[in-house]
Amino acid sequence: MKRPALFAVSVMALVGLSACGSTTSQASPSASAGPIKAAWIYVGPTTDGGWTTAHDKGRKYVEQQLGSKVQTTFKENVPEGPQVSQVIEDLVRDGNKIIFATSFGFQDAMDAAAKAHPNVFFEQATGYKMEPNLAEYFGAAEDADYLTGMALGAASKKGKIGFVAPFPIPEVIREINAVALGAQATHPGATVQVVWTNTWFDPTKEKQAAQSLLSAGVDAIGQGQDSPATGDAAKAVGIPWSGYDSDQTQYAPDIWQTATVYNWGPYYTKRVQAAIDGTWKSGSYYGNLADGFVDIAPFGKSVSADAQAAINAKKQALISGSFYEFAGPLKDQSGAVKVPSGSKLQLTDILTMDWFVQGVIGNPKGA
Amino acid sequence: MNLNATLLVVIAASAIFYGTPLLFASVGELLAERSGVLNLGVEGMMLVGAVSAFWTGQHLHGPDWVVLSAAVLVAALAATATSLIHAVLAVSLRANQIVSGLALTIFAGAAGLSSYLGNIGHLGGHARLHEFKAVDLFGLGQTPILGPLVFHQNALVYASWLLVPLAMFYLYRTRPGLHVRAVGESPETADAMGVNVAAYRYVHTLIGGALAGVGGAYFSLAISPNWVDGMTSGAGWIAIALVIFAFWRPELALVGAYLFGAFSSLAFTLQARQVHLPPEVFNSLPYLMTIVVLVFVSTGWAKRRLGAPASLGVPYVREER
Repeated sequence: MKRPALFAVSVMALVGLSACGSTTSQASPSASAGPIKAAWIYVGPTTDGGWTTAHDKGRKYVEQQLGSKVQTTFKENVPEGPQVSQVIEDLVRDGNKIIFATSFGFQDAMDAAAKAHPNVFFEQATGYKMEPNLAEYFGAAEDADYLTGMALGAASKKGKIGFVAPFPIPEVIREINAVALGAQATHPGATVQVVWTNTWFDPTKEKQAAQSLLSAGVDAIGQGQDSPATGDAAKAVGIPWSGYDSDQTQYAPDIWQTATVYNWGPYYTKRVQAAIDGTWKSGSYYGNLADGFVDIAPFGKSVSADAQAAINAKKQALISGSFYEFAGPLKDQSGAVKVPSGSKLQLTDILTMDWFVQGVIGNPKGA
Repeated sequence: MNLNATLLVVIAASAIFYGTPLLFASVGELLAERSGVLNLGVEGMMLVGAVSAFWTGQHLHGPDWVVLSAAVLVAALAATATSLIHAVLAVSLRANQIVSGLALTIFAGAAGLSSYLGNIGHLGGHARLHEFKAVDLFGLGQTPILGPLVFHQNALVYASWLLVPLAMFYLYRTRPGLHVRAVGESPETADAMGVNVAAYRYVHTLIGGALAGVGGAYFSLAISPNWVDGMTSGAGWIAIALVIFAFWRPELALVGAYLFGAFSSLAFTLQARQVHLPPEVFNSLPYLMTIVVLVFVSTGWAKRRLGAPASLGVPYVREER
């Protein structure tokens, strides 16, 4: 150690320079009352081209709608671990009055924070825990997933569909089931083979998982991942692809089918407005196709007119309530009847779904 | 039966595809370490390479090959500039190399300079415009077994196949190569021979930076479809482990890179074929194997014949002879 002071200083200088990923933006300078502070916690970067991009679009929508009445902040790339508690504490200390957490893994920390800070409104996406000041919000993505599955089934020649899946949790399992049922509607006997990545967002891993399915012989591929890397793998071999969360056409326009997309903006606006008005109440919001919370992305150019017509017709049936994908008869992977003819799954059943429907290849408990 | 879809061929093909960035980075790190400079900043330099390659690809317009060559060149230059920080600290100022290298990764890596450049360049949210696609060489891409492995790779893979023999020739067969090894083993002796120790260490630290940059460019131009913060996700660390695993030899770095590349996707390949093993096992294998090799390298016999350059990580001070 020749010059300890020198390298200590250089290290501190270098470390100090590296910034952390938080951004605050104010719509316009506040008037007398001052704007309400609203914060979002993201699991990925706002530029993931999928899930977090969609949430951030919602945040920007709030700014646009409420203007100077709100000041928004977001924290991106927050890991689903103990760090999230610290992030929430920081946001509360900064004076945020309403905090949206946008990944399942943030739920426990949000619940604890809600108990510790009764004067702050907490909103947890895709979870199930509730408190007087902790609300839940998500939507019937499975309805749109079914339509996406129809597109994949129609595009597949052999009926062998691959699915790159993040975590074996109910939200993903019902997504895969809906895709499989949709695919079987347009391609009787179609199978959906699942590979678990154990990550929401990691383009390299997602691509590897997609390549493993493609090399195993699937001829159409879908995803529950947050990046377009699955499409990048499919593009190299010209296999039809459906995305997730956002319109990802630009990443592979030739093979793009469609995707389940979320429109978070109106919900966020409503909730922030309620917080301003003092009318905010806890609850569990489950949006759907009818109220525009979920939808499918514009069709790709390779989706046939017939398939588009069939999907649009089914979409109307889902909206009107004349069709529900999780209505009996439904069999599980072993062929045992899970939902008899004439009955259908209730919301509580699908929020805890832990079994795959017939035709799904893979383990619902994960890899 | 399609031979090219068999498990072994699929694994070998992904080993090459995902091993290539590791190969570039570890050959670079190996050259730096051979000159006696340990640079733990590989991850940071790779990310600087990744972001500058992506930026170039999005902003330069022209035929694929022109844009891609320019992007790789820019990546190499940017990462070289990054490694200059380490060279100045480690060689001229004789700072602790471990601390300086770590600082470089923290400064330049995820949530550091590379993320900042990605943000101000508005790189996120757009599909990449140019990419390294597999080239069907001589139309032999569909040949059984050899087709997907040898004749259907991207240009950077072919470049890496030139790099390894070149690095071997340089280290083992040329006078400057001999000097590098001398500088890494015994800078005093090299100095007495009239070799400029500082110059050799500078140049090889910078070459290490350039190659790490190319490895990073591979991530943003061949692997990921869009710009993502921290997209190398630890490849730089694996490359450093790989140098030890390869006993500081380019030819073994090739073997190790492909082995570690295979591990990175093996869990998925097996899962898609109904073989279920926890992916954590494969993700930890490169490190486990490096520990095994470290133990082996520490034995007396291996230390004399295969070990680290004797002066690795030790600053050279002429007055102290």
